[in-house]
Amino acid sequence: MCGIAGLIHRGNKSDIGAELTAMLQALKHRGPDSTGFALYGDGGDGGGGRYVMRFKVAEQEDISKGFHIHEQMRRRRETVDARMAERGAAVVSAEQATEYAFRYVFTYDGEMKPLADYIEDIDGAEILSIGRSLELVKDLGDAGEIAGQYGLTGFTGTHAIGHTRMATESDVDIRSAHPYWAYPFNDIALVHNGQLTNYWNSRRALERRGHRFMSNCDSELIAVYLADALHRGGDLEEAMHRSVGELDGVFTYVVATGDKLGMAKDEMAAKPMVLYESDDFVALASEEVAIRSIFPREIETSDPYEGEVRVWQS
Amino acid sequence: MAKLSDNFAGERLGGRGQQVFFDAADLGDAGAALTYPGAFAVDFNRHAEVDAAAMDARAVNIRIRELMADGVGAITVANPGAKHSLGVGILNRLNLAFAGSLGYFGCGLNDGPNVTVSGRVGWSFAENMMAGTAVVEKNAGSTFGAALRGGDLVCKGDAGGRTGIDMKGGTIIIGGRTGAFSGFMMQRGRLVVLGDAGKNLGDSMYDGVIYVGGKVAGLGVDCVATDMTDADVEWLARKLAIYNMDTAAAANMQKFTSGKQLWNYDNLEPAEKKLVL
Repeated sequence: MCGIAGLIHRGNKSDIGAELTAMLQALKHRGPDSTGFALYGDGGDGGGGRYVMRFKVAEQEDISKGFHIHEQMRRRRETVDARMAERGAAVVSAEQATEYAFRYVFTYDGEMKPLADYIEDIDGAEILSIGRSLELVKDLGDAGEIAGQYGLTGFTGTHAIGHTRMATESDVDIRSAHPYWAYPFNDIALVHNGQLTNYWNSRRALERRGHRFMSNCDSELIAVYLADALHRGGDLEEAMHRSVGELDGVFTYVVATGDKLGMAKDEMAAKPMVLYESDDFVALASEEVAIRSIFPREIETSDPYEGEVRVWQS
Repeated sequence: MAKLSDNFAGERLGGRGQQVFFDAADLGDAGAALTYPGAFAVDFNRHAEVDAAAMDARAVNIRIRELMADGVGAITVANPGAKHSLGVGILNRLNLAFAGSLGYFGCGLNDGPNVTVSGRVGWSFAENMMAGTAVVEKNAGSTFGAALRGGDLVCKGDAGGRTGIDMKGGTIIIGGRTGAFSGFMMQRGRLVVLGDAGKNLGDSMYDGVIYVGGKVAGLGVDCVATDMTDADVEWLARKLAIYNMDTAAAANMQKFTSGKQLWNYDNLEPAEKKLVL
């Protein structure tokens, strides 16, 4: 089933960490397996060539297996540090959210894909996100647990998307959790509710063009699809319109970039989405109860229609 | 007026007939069969309010039942908060008002109550409703009135896709626009859309009638345009007037029915028709 949600403040900032946590907690019944957040704040400290990177060096379930996992995780992190230094990326600050998940702020003026590829070449290491403003956090558990574990309440920013996952197509692990970062493009993340029926054909076509897939989850395909379109010089909204025709199946997805929030629905409108829109704020979710969780007052909501694509600027 | 006993001789009626109009007062003892066993005698002049803010759906629905058992015939549910499955399975006469919005599957499987919703409703509102009325003042999600069997279901705003999917009777009125696949596989009843209709309207419909006041993005398989008659216009105007909607729209509607080239009851034996319905 899965639950998806997004919000964007237009022209101001807010505690998007607390807001998205409330929305995703209200969608817990749609997906109890894992929860993910893509939050857009000032992680890169507002410029100066700084990026923020979220990465992990093991799956949560790995911690309970094997005699040497703690030593392996320590070595993997040291290797990440070494390879970043080797490529000229200077770590400004490093935080450890869990034993296996890290947040680095770093400066770097080179091309991002070779650096990302070099880090992910380390066995067990996976970059969850890199960007000027995007911070992607996902783990097993509900929104309240993960927000507490990763200190997300109080995260100030303009917009955010999130997901509660009921695993149907792939494993229950962090790798298969949403959101997906549109590797290796800065600040692009995606959440999805639905099933893609032309997954393998589309995946093979994208792999032939050099894109990498970290999971067997069909939702990752949409993130890579959009990344590919942007890589070829396309516009986000145009790529989203094209995706509605080219992706086969039933789906509603929400995508975010450094300054935009967008949603798209398949031609049959088979997956739900409820939208609240005002001049300064937009919220959308699989169920209205999620939007209500951050609104104490009565509001006007509507359902986007079949094949509809919407994009909002922060 | 046909008598119930003329049409259902020897058969105990557990629900409400959709195609046979009758006055329960004419039925004498047979009229008792129209009321569900254990139905509550309620007084519409007795009113109670339920504040759903801190209650889950189950607690709200139990409270509604308790109030009906106590003879309360008019209930207002405040702060429904778009919770799911509120006001379902009510097999009783009741005036039920929701002051706010409902989530998914609101007011499903009802037989008898008159419901009003001041806000919006989510997917599958009034699914399988058998009799009574349900009026939504704002928008509705997809599959509004799915498998509706009887009664009047009204959305004064826009509705999502698949409105009236599989409907087997009754009337659905949409004040605004409706999404794709509205009237999909409908088998009986009337679907009225004052605004635009999405693509694949009436796809694979067996029977029934669809009226559209705005533009139609496209017809589904075996859905065909049919000429409006004076009787259609008169019926529409009367129905719209009941719900304070634009009666002038009745004169400018398009009518769609089944082409009966795909599925239709005419190819079925009477016993088979009963199984289908």
